[in-house]
Amino acid sequence: MDLTLNIWRQKDAKSKGRFVTYQLKNISQNCSFLEMLDILNEQLIMQNQEPVAFDHDCREGICGMCSLYINGRPHGPDDAVTTCQLHMRKFKDGDTIVVEPWRARPFPVIKDLLVDRTAFDKIIQDGGYISVNTGAAAEANNILVSKTSAELSMDAAACIGCGACVAACKNASAMLFVSAKVSNLALLPQGKIEAKSRVQKMVSKMDELGFGNCTNTYACEAECPKLISRSNIARLNREFFCAKIA
Amino acid sequence: MAELQAKIPNGPLAGKWTNYKDHQNLVNPTNKRKLDIVVVGTGLAGASAAASLAEMGFNVKIFCYQDSPRRAHSIAAQGGINAAKNYPNDGDSIYRLFYDTIKGGDYRSREANVYRLAEVSNNIIDQCVAQGVPFAREYSGSLENRSFGGALVSRTFFARGQTGQQLLLGAYGALSRQIKLGMVTMYNRHEMLDLVIVEGKARGIIARDLVTGKLERHFGHAVVMATGGYGNVFYLSTNAMGSNVSVCWQVFKKGAYFANPCFTQIHPTCIPVHGDYQSKLTLMSESLRNDGRIWVPKKKEDAEKHRKGQIKAKEISEDDRDYYLERRYPAYGNLVPRDVASRAAKERCDAGFGVGPTGLAVFLDFEGAIKRLGKHVIEERYGNLFQMYEKIVDENPYENPMMIYPAVHYAMGGTWVDYELMTTIPGLYALGEANFSDHGANRLGASALMQGLADGYFVLPYTIQNYLAGEIRVPRMSTDKPEFEDAEKNVRNRLEKLIGIKGSKSVDYFHKELGKIMWEYVGMGRNEQGLKKAIELIRALRKDFWKDVRITGSLEELNPELEKANRVADFLEMGELLALDALTRNESCGGHFREEYQTSEGECLRNDLDYMYVAAWEYLKDGEFELHKEPLKYEEIEVKQRIYK
Ligand SMILES: Cc1cc2nc3c(=O)[nH]c(=O)nc-3n(C[C@H](O)[C@H](O)[C@H](O)COP(=O)(O)OP(=O)(O)OC[C@H]3O[C@@H](n4cnc5c(N)ncnc54)[C@H](O)[C@@H]3O)c2cc1C
Ligand code: FES
Repeated sequence: MDLTLNIWRQKDAKSKGRFVTYQLKNISQNCSFLEMLDILNEQLIMQNQEPVAFDHDCREGICGMCSLYINGRPHGPDDAVTTCQLHMRKFKDGDTIVVEPWRARPFPVIKDLLVDRTAFDKIIQDGGYISVNTGAAAEANNILVSKTSAELSMDAAACIGCGACVAACKNASAMLFVSAKVSNLALLPQGKIEAKSRVQKMVSKMDELGFGNCTNTYACEAECPKLISRSNIARLNREFFCAKIA
Repeated sequence: MAELQAKIPNGPLAGKWTNYKDHQNLVNPTNKRKLDIVVVGTGLAGASAAASLAEMGFNVKIFCYQDSPRRAHSIAAQGGINAAKNYPNDGDSIYRLFYDTIKGGDYRSREANVYRLAEVSNNIIDQCVAQGVPFAREYSGSLENRSFGGALVSRTFFARGQTGQQLLLGAYGALSRQIKLGMVTMYNRHEMLDLVIVEGKARGIIARDLVTGKLERHFGHAVVMATGGYGNVFYLSTNAMGSNVSVCWQVFKKGAYFANPCFTQIHPTCIPVHGDYQSKLTLMSESLRNDGRIWVPKKKEDAEKHRKGQIKAKEISEDDRDYYLERRYPAYGNLVPRDVASRAAKERCDAGFGVGPTGLAVFLDFEGAIKRLGKHVIEERYGNLFQMYEKIVDENPYENPMMIYPAVHYAMGGTWVDYELMTTIPGLYALGEANFSDHGANRLGASALMQGLADGYFVLPYTIQNYLAGEIRVPRMSTDKPEFEDAEKNVRNRLEKLIGIKGSKSVDYFHKELGKIMWEYVGMGRNEQGLKKAIELIRALRKDFWKDVRITGSLEELNPELEKANRVADFLEMGELLALDALTRNESCGGHFREEYQTSEGECLRNDLDYMYVAAWEYLKDGEFELHKEPLKYEEIEVKQRIYK
């Protein structure tokens, strides 16, 4: 298929960006979206132009490194996939595709389609773990965990930290991301001990880093490539409330 | 020439590690604060090591090239992690895990290391559960296990098809906690470009800030590299796009030996290649072989019809299917080790029974399992893998069997280390997939996660003290020292040279060409003539690269093409060593299959008399390497032919 691409180009964090239009011919349906960008870049290099910079690594939908706002949707038109797992069969011959970086204040653009997501790491650093030193663990089967809790915890833990939820949210809220971590740990007996301080620290860090408030529109859930459920946000709110009154 | 001293402790096998720990040197708490450790890599091995070292009180600086430590390629591991807990009460033990790993590695790994690995495996599970890793559970609330290849017991712990992700998030949590406490400084989007040696000891690194392009110097009393595997020397592999051999190669050129480079693993169950624009291959976890059955048509006509799209798998009757693994290996069936399963698939496809548009695929069928257990059970066990398959191939694997083919997956070879995980450069340690130590010629499924975490949580934090205890009087060094300056200058020269070539071909062009050579001549089947040819072709390609590669942009900015070029330049040298090692090893064992050395049934023909050694290569100069042999001695177990029938 033949395509017109409108891609955001920006030299670095300080420069102003703009859209640039490119034409691509003969793209196979079975090509992934990033492989399509590889082909574009190969073309640009051959024309002695700078290739488009974008983040990616595993290319199998698990590392959370790829991003991209494609035709107005984080990770593009297909549901429940990351950009690296999006395939060109979701587009038609002659389509124009608009490609932008995540747009959210806490995720400044570094270059072209690459953004800085270290704010997510900072939130996790503020309590997104269980404080156990190496060697201090008890025999694994000493504390039983119900299958239901383990499964629910795993549902939340499937978050890949890509930032699509923030990019999708009109307030750039990180509630889905934070609530996924809070739930993952709060649902397990091992995580209960620090649950109160964890939720308070993580939420206040999120606010401090400039993420917006959650106004319950749930665009985050709709765009999450890993189908993280909004029920985690409800759980976070409960945990937060309990921590406050305790 | 450094001498090969594996430093294996004395005494009976089962007591060696305890014996070591009882007598090693330790560093006292006040002195720990005065010591800096550089850790390169934030995968399971690097993150677990950094967190543990920081908890003990050392100052740690840690590096990764991704934007976050949580994105290291360990995140992609799917199926599970082994441990000898024996929860299912099916006869497992530390000894059995040790034995299976040695046998699985085709008797080419070091006995004492493997025993230690099995010994600490149970602590890993305890640690991860305490960190909140949501492992699968039985209805009783206890931990659930499943089976992996090469074992007759169920000893694999898992978190759906995302075990690596969950384990890494556990280690990342522990690392994050130490970052918050100020014990670890994190350098993300940083790439190590050289090792700094001062008076014969590893004392730091040169790294490039990938955002600004600036070169930086970092001092450490010791340096730990946990930079993952080199499967991308084949271009197409299940590794991440950025996975590389560069750090192993940099230290190789500075004197660290490289061991068994030809021991590479081809994983039997991956989504087949479909186009030349393809950038990577996707693994379908080995755990699928618990419930999936592998087959090809019995009749060539059926295979041909399937290739032309004239029939569907389902239309081929039960009697006309060849479940070739169950036929050839009745004892292990679909759960034979990876090398065996991969070769068997190649054998069937080469004989004309392959399916799918290219004929380079076999079926992995869940029909029986779905009938037996119900679709919901299969969905619960493998849901994300089935979804991934469908997104890539555009076919529903609940309805039609998956089509799969072997692909490059894992590097058993790597930087040579002794029992303490120290390389031949004093003060330089290698962990995880980057080292060579525990998997011999073939790694069993679910053992890499175990090894990475064993190295990082439970081995290195002890052994590194034995070295650092002697360094407590060494003050932090200034990075203005000439050794740092020289190293930085060399790095700058190399990068400037690369950018200055301004040739006519892209970096990807060279990487793809190298991949073709490697897959063709150094892949699943190797022979003398092909290997010699590969070496010639690689040399020519390397020459062409340094004359004709085109890198746009400059050094002082974010420049992904430059990053790639630097890695491909190393692959172009390493590929040659890999082929040379394969050429030198005149036997077949594990993942290394030399066509000249096989039994009449097409199985590996090992030569224990002449090749029961670790091949440790020393770098002399460009394209010149010297072989050192570390003989392997088996005291506890009897070396046998590896039979899975
Ligand atoms: C798809 C897939 C599935 C797998 N499934 C399983 C499984 O089910 N069970 C199992 O046991 N094993 C599995 N494996 C193997 C296992 O995941 C890996 O061997 C293991 O995770 C490697 O961990 P590591 O810490 O050594 O390296 P990695 O996780 O690869 O980490 C390497 C680190 O080094 C950094 N790095 C690399 N080069 C540089 C540089 N130059 N400068 C700075 N930093 C650098 C990277 O940024 C990264 O942080 C799987 C592998 C793959 C590819
Ligand atoms: S590149 Fe890893 S999730 Fe897309």
